[in-house]
Amino acid sequence: MRRIISVLMENEPGALSRVVGLFSQRGYNIESLTVAPTEDATLSRLTLTTVGDDHKIEQITKNLNKLIDVVKLVDLTEGSHIERELLLVKVRATGAQRDEVKRSVDIFRGQIVDVTSNMYTVQVSGTSEKLDAFLQALGEHTIMETVRSGVSGIARGEKVLSI
Amino acid sequence: MELLSGGDMLVRALQDEGVDLIFGYPGGSALHIYDAIFRQKSIKHVLVRHEQGATHAADGYARATGNTGVVLVTSGPGATNAITGIATAYMDSIPMVVISGQVPSEKIGEDAFQETDMVGCSRPIVKHSFLVKKAEDIPAVVKKAFYIAATGRPGPVVIDIPKDVTNPVDRYPYQYPEKLRMRSYTPAGKGHAGQIRKAVALLLSAKRPVIYAGGGVVQGDGSELLTELAQRLNFPVTNTLMGLGAYPGTDKRFLGMLGMHGTFEANTAMHHADVILAVGARFDDRVTNTPNKFCPGAKVIHIDVDPASISKTITADVPIVGTVQSVLGEMLEMLKSSKEMPDQSAIVDWWRQIDDWRERHGLYTAPRYRTDGDMIMPQEVISAVHQITGGDAFVTSDVGQHQMFAAQYYLFDKPRRWINSGGLGTMGFGLPAALGVKMAHPGSEVVCVTGEGSIQMCIQELSTATQYNLPVKILCLNNQALGMVKQWQEMQYEGRLSNSVYEESLPDFIALAEAYGHLGMKIEHRDELHGKLAEAFAIKDRTVFIDVYVDPTEHVYPMQVMPSGSMRDMWLSKTERT
Ligand SMILES: Cc1cc2nc3c(=O)[nH]c(=O)nc-3n(C[C@H](O)[C@H](O)[C@H](O)COP(=O)(O)OP(=O)(O)OC[C@H]3O[C@@H](n4cnc5c(N)ncnc54)[C@H](O)[C@@H]3O)c2cc1C
Ligand SMILES: Cc1ncc(C[n+]2csc(CCOP(=O)(O)OP(=O)(O)O)c2C)c(N)n1
Ligand SMILES: [Mg+2]
Repeated sequence: MRRIISVLMENEPGALSRVVGLFSQRGYNIESLTVAPTEDATLSRLTLTTVGDDHKIEQITKNLNKLIDVVKLVDLTEGSHIERELLLVKVRATGAQRDEVKRSVDIFRGQIVDVTSNMYTVQVSGTSEKLDAFLQALGEHTIMETVRSGVSGIARGEKVLSI
Repeated sequence: MELLSGGDMLVRALQDEGVDLIFGYPGGSALHIYDAIFRQKSIKHVLVRHEQGATHAADGYARATGNTGVVLVTSGPGATNAITGIATAYMDSIPMVVISGQVPSEKIGEDAFQETDMVGCSRPIVKHSFLVKKAEDIPAVVKKAFYIAATGRPGPVVIDIPKDVTNPVDRYPYQYPEKLRMRSYTPAGKGHAGQIRKAVALLLSAKRPVIYAGGGVVQGDGSELLTELAQRLNFPVTNTLMGLGAYPGTDKRFLGMLGMHGTFEANTAMHHADVILAVGARFDDRVTNTPNKFCPGAKVIHIDVDPASISKTITADVPIVGTVQSVLGEMLEMLKSSKEMPDQSAIVDWWRQIDDWRERHGLYTAPRYRTDGDMIMPQEVISAVHQITGGDAFVTSDVGQHQMFAAQYYLFDKPRRWINSGGLGTMGFGLPAALGVKMAHPGSEVVCVTGEGSIQMCIQELSTATQYNLPVKILCLNNQALGMVKQWQEMQYEGRLSNSVYEESLPDFIALAEAYGHLGMKIEHRDELHGKLAEAFAIKDRTVFIDVYVDPTEHVYPMQVMPSGSMRDMWLSKTERT
């Protein structure tokens, strides 16, 4: 099953490489990874998505917790949560295509953030599934370049991941 | 406040941490530190002959004392030479702090002379590591390093220090932190009371119990409590290779080691058990054999300080995260206050069954090796040494058949006496580890059981033994082959001995030992074994290399059937299978 694990860790050099190293060392896979400092500059927040059965996920969270730099973590997929990923895509758009693309962007509540006479740069955010669907709707022949941020997530309601 | 240079701060911090012994080897990036060591008295530095030797010696010292071993090496080749020893300590959860010099900060990343990314190289084999950026950080880093190495599940910690950080010119106020706060590291202590209560209830309901105790009981100083618990309940105990000595080896409740080369009675009892109490053991693949055939009827209680050890390969029915001392202590208290006991007639029946297994194939009810002929059998060498040393020596070992014979036949009654590399299985460990043990216990008998293959992997440390006058016994079970490899080739590759023999190239170990200033003794015939061993062990002030020619055709048995066997599926000899 796909999981979103959110990790609060010391904002120290080497901390990220320990997390990434753990995954390769123990043969766990990372589907996406994002990391940035938090409102408390001594902490950074890392969000990763991975797949595995319950046993594997349990080992992943236990081993992450074992890393000295890791302060706290939560498996967001265990409760109700909000997940977002950002997509930037350059789409070829000339002639009649320009309207077609625009329509798709509207349907997916995206924005056109840059334009030339031959292309649009589109920004869409949402769940990974939604971004996949948007790309599918565009059709491959029009896509010149894509970049995705990886998943970020946060629990719904009052629950917070903090120290 | 006192002003000190980075180099002096490091040495002072080590002193404040209570360190009195370092194993190391100097070089460019570590020279400021070496100079600081020269200018002080309280820390003794042992100059090894290879950095691998330094790590194993510090490791042996740590295993024998429970203190954290300390290593000092230079950057580049010094640091990479230490890697094998760091990995060895990591796999067996041994507390160690390794300080490595690094090229000056401004040169890092430029492929400078003797630059390697030590923090990167060692990342998968350390509990944690630090790259020191400025001298002022040294006291806090040292404090944290020792705390992390020794608490929770112990392990090695690397401190990498660029040369400019230890330079003698710049001085900073020094103060060793008294307290430590690490919000991201809180090792487990007491176990969950509800879980402990459940475990006690399960133990009381057991009809065919086995206590399976591992290295965590030795490292966590839980032997006395474990012994009290087992004797109170009259439960059988088996130890892993790392746990030998956690329960007295000569006690009648001890079933011997379990696992791949475990005894028939230990493996068979495990297979038929209804309740298994696993303490400080990690269900290693050398123990469980095929996991889905592991002990089909057993409920498993698992006590471990590291949650990641629990339900990793075998699912625990009652997991308890905590130290062996605190959890076993609480269990005993509950048992004492409840005054309940398990079903005595069931336990008596269980013992009757176990004694029957012992009678049939036990290693200690009759010799399970050839007892006629002139050829010395490796098993009887170990038994003879056990007898001569009163079972009270510190025994280190290398890796191979000789290691298994030592584990099976030297019955350890006390913890921290059996010192070997189990998790990594590092050939070359035995001799430097023995020197580390001897540094810690100069008045005690220290024996390194080795093979003619393994001893050649760190033989240069014979020179360290000379320099520091460390009279250990080196007992080489010479079978003129990489015996353990050869055994597998004979059992699984139709006897094709690919690169496991030396074709008459072995050195004259006696001459070699003498070249280093030690005594050498060769034993070739069965009738001279006891006499010559007694002679060798009567020598207390010299290092003695005892080269014993043993039957080169002997295999280690029992041996679990692999792959796909259960715990009780074993070869008992070259021809007999369970
Ligand atoms: C040639 C060869 C053959 C081998 N054959 C066998 C064999 O037949 N049988 C065998 O058993 N092994 C054998 N081994 C060794 C094997 O590879 C493992 O090293 C060994 O089984 C692990 O022992 P352990 O389970 O006691 O764990 P250890 O590696 O000693 O780990 C200790 C466990 O205890 C925990 N712990 C540590 N401190 C505490 C504390 N204070 N409180 C609570 N928990 C704590 C740790 O978290 C860890 O999970 C062999 C090795 C070699 C090289
Ligand atoms: C550094 C290292 N290399 C290779 C091995 C694989 N190995 C395990 S046992 C063994 C043979 C050891 O030979 P020896 O020391 O003579 O012991 P014996 O088995 O003959 O008693 C080898 C090569 C190892 N454990 N460690
Ligand atoms: Mg050999």
